[in-house]
Amino acid sequence: MQELVARLKELLSAGTVDRVLGWKRGDSDWNPEPAFFTSVESLADFVYDGFCGANLSKYMIEATAQEGRTAVLLKPCDTYSFNRLLAEHRVVREKAYVIGVGCRGKLDMGKLRKLGMKGIQHIEGADAFAGDTLTVDTAYGKKTCAYQDALLDRCHVCKGKTHVVYDEVIGASADTTDMDRFAEVERLAAMSPEERFAFFQGELSRCIRCNACRNVCPACSCRKCVFDGDSFDSAQKANVDSFEEKMFHIIRAFHVAGRCTDCGECSRVCPQGIPLHLFNRKLIGDINAFYGEYTAGETAENKNPLVSFTTEDREPGEGRNA
Amino acid sequence: MFKIAREALPALFAKMAEIADLFLPVKNNINTEYARFTPESAVDLETLKTAKSPKDLFFPQSETLYTCHRDGKKLSVVPEKLAEAPFIVFGMRACDIQGVAVLDRVFLSEPQDSFYAARRQNGLLIGMACTEPEESCFCGTFGIDHTAPGGDVDTMLTKTHLYWMPCTEKGQVLTEKLADLLQEAKEDELDKEKEKAKALMEAMPYKDVSVEGWGAAAADKNFDSPLWESLAKPCLACGTCTFVCPTCQCYDIKDYETGHGVKRYRCWDSCMYSDFTMMAHGNNRTTQMQRFRQRFMHKLAYFPANNDGMFSCVGCGRCVEKCPSALNIVKVIKAFGGEQHA
Repeated sequence: MQELVARLKELLSAGTVDRVLGWKRGDSDWNPEPAFFTSVESLADFVYDGFCGANLSKYMIEATAQEGRTAVLLKPCDTYSFNRLLAEHRVVREKAYVIGVGCRGKLDMGKLRKLGMKGIQHIEGADAFAGDTLTVDTAYGKKTCAYQDALLDRCHVCKGKTHVVYDEVIGASADTTDMDRFAEVERLAAMSPEERFAFFQGELSRCIRCNACRNVCPACSCRKCVFDGDSFDSAQKANVDSFEEKMFHIIRAFHVAGRCTDCGECSRVCPQGIPLHLFNRKLIGDINAFYGEYTAGETAENKNPLVSFTTEDREPGEGRNA
Repeated sequence: MFKIAREALPALFAKMAEIADLFLPVKNNINTEYARFTPESAVDLETLKTAKSPKDLFFPQSETLYTCHRDGKKLSVVPEKLAEAPFIVFGMRACDIQGVAVLDRVFLSEPQDSFYAARRQNGLLIGMACTEPEESCFCGTFGIDHTAPGGDVDTMLTKTHLYWMPCTEKGQVLTEKLADLLQEAKEDELDKEKEKAKALMEAMPYKDVSVEGWGAAAADKNFDSPLWESLAKPCLACGTCTFVCPTCQCYDIKDYETGHGVKRYRCWDSCMYSDFTMMAHGNNRTTQMQRFRQRFMHKLAYFPANNDGMFSCVGCGRCVEKCPSALNIVKVIKAFGGEQHA
C-alpha cells in the first residue's frame, strides 16, 4: 500500500490530479468507505485492503462533472464498468486519471459471520496484496479462516487480472476464479418455467425496495429513474403486491441488459441477500448464446449486440429454451 | 420467575399460537426474519438480529387505509378494518422493544394513529435478553440494558432452559395460561448469565460511543457543521438504513389505481429519497447532504428535542452492518466527537 500512497501523493502534489477517489479507513478494520482526498495530508486516512470491495466507477459521473481531474482507483473488474460509462458518455475520460489497482479478491463480512465469527474486534491479514489467512479477534476468542473462504461471491467468478482501461497500474492482481460463472444460470435454465418463476418469486418476495441495487449499479445511471418520478404509477416506495415486486427488478434487468458487466455490486449491497446478479447473468448467458460471446465493458465502444442490427440476427422467439 | 426446558419450546410455541397469532424469528433460505409461527417454521432463536426489525408488525411497510369503489355514478369509500386479533411477538431484543417505545411517541400522541394504536393494543411483546452481543451493537449508548428487554414478558435463553419473567399485567395473564408448561425458577438463577452477557458487551468495539452533546441543543449547534458534506459524500441515496431501522417512522401516502377504484395506502418513506416530503412548491431539501443530515439530526437532535430527550436511535446496529458504503450513525456520532476514552 505504501507504493500506492506515495504515488497518490506525487500525483496530488505535482498537480497532475486535483483529487483522488479511493477509500478512507473506517472506524473498524472492516469498514473502509469511498472517499475523495484533495490534499497530501488527507491521504493519512487513505486505505486500500481486502475490504475495499465497492466499485468506485459510478462516483466518477459526479467527479468528472467537477472542475479538474480526478484520480480513481479501479480494480480490474471495476474497469469494465468505467468503460461502459465512457461508452455512454456519462464520464469524461480526460478528467479521469485511472489507476488500475491490483486485486486478489475482496472480502465479505457476511461470509465471516456465516463462519460463526461475531463480536469482532480486530481483523488481521486483510492486506490488499499478501497473506493467506485472516486472523480475527472476537469477544468470543481468536478465530482464523482462509482469505479465500471470506471472498465476495463475485470473486469466485473473477473477471481476471486485466485492467481494460487505465493510465497506470499499481500492484499485482490474481485471478480468483474457482467456480463456473454460468453454473447457477444453468441450474435455473434446467428448471421448468413454473419452478423458475417460483424461484425468482421466492427470492424477490424479500425485496424491501430500498433501491440499493439500483443506486449502486454503474449501469443504472439515469439522471432520474422512472421509478422515482411522481408521474409514473409505479413510482412506489413499497411493493403493493407481488407483481410490483417483480416488475421493478425485471425492468431493471432488461434496462441494463447488454450493458451490465456483471460487476456484482447489486448482490453485494442487497440488505435482504437476494442474488440479484442472477437476473443479469441469465441475460448475459442468453446474449452469448444468441449473438456470440460478448463481454460488456471490454472496450469503451458502445456497440453491443442488443443495440446493433445485422441481417444474421435471430428472429424473435428463435432459439428459445435452446 | 419461571423456566422451561429447551426441548419443550415447540410445545410452548404451539400453545401460544393457540392463544393468539404468534410471530417470532424464523429462518428463511437466506435470512432470519419475524414471521407467523406454524408447526413447520424453522424457529431461529440463535441469530441475534433479524435482517429487518420487527417494526412492520406494528407499522407495516405498506398498508391500505381505505378503498374507493366506483359503480357507475356511485362512489363508495370503504375504510380498512383495524386490527382486532390479538397477537404475540416472541423474541424481541431490548433495542427493538425500545424501538417500539420510540414509535409509540409518534403514533400514540394526539391525534393517535388508529391503525398503529389497534396493533399496539392487540400486541403482546415478549422480550429476549441478548447473551451474545455482536460488534455492531451499541444499545448501551442509549442507556438500554440488553439483559432486560422490557417486554410484557422478558425471557432469557440459556444452554438448557428458556427463563420466563412476566413484567406487566398482560404478561401475567399470558403466563397463567401457560402455567402447565412452565416450572418455577429461583430469582437468582440468571444472575451469572446476566453478568456474563454484560461483560461481553463491554468487550464490543462500540462500547464507548457516547451521545453526549447531542439532544435538543445539537439542533442549532451541529446543523451548519462542515462535517456533513464529507460524511455524506459516499452516500448512495438508497433507503437501506431507513428500511432496516426499528425507529424510522416516516411514511408517504399514495393512491393505487385498481381499475375500478382507488386504493389509498401508506408506505414507508425514506429521507434518503429525492422526493421525500415533496410539496407543491418543490422540495425543501435539494441535495443528498441535506437529506443525509436530516436522518441523523432527526434521530439525535430533533426527536429528543420533541420527546423529553428520548433519542430515536436504539443502537441495534442494523444500519451499521447493511450500508453499502459503510456509512452509519456511529461514524457520524464519532465525527462529532462522541467517543469517550477511558
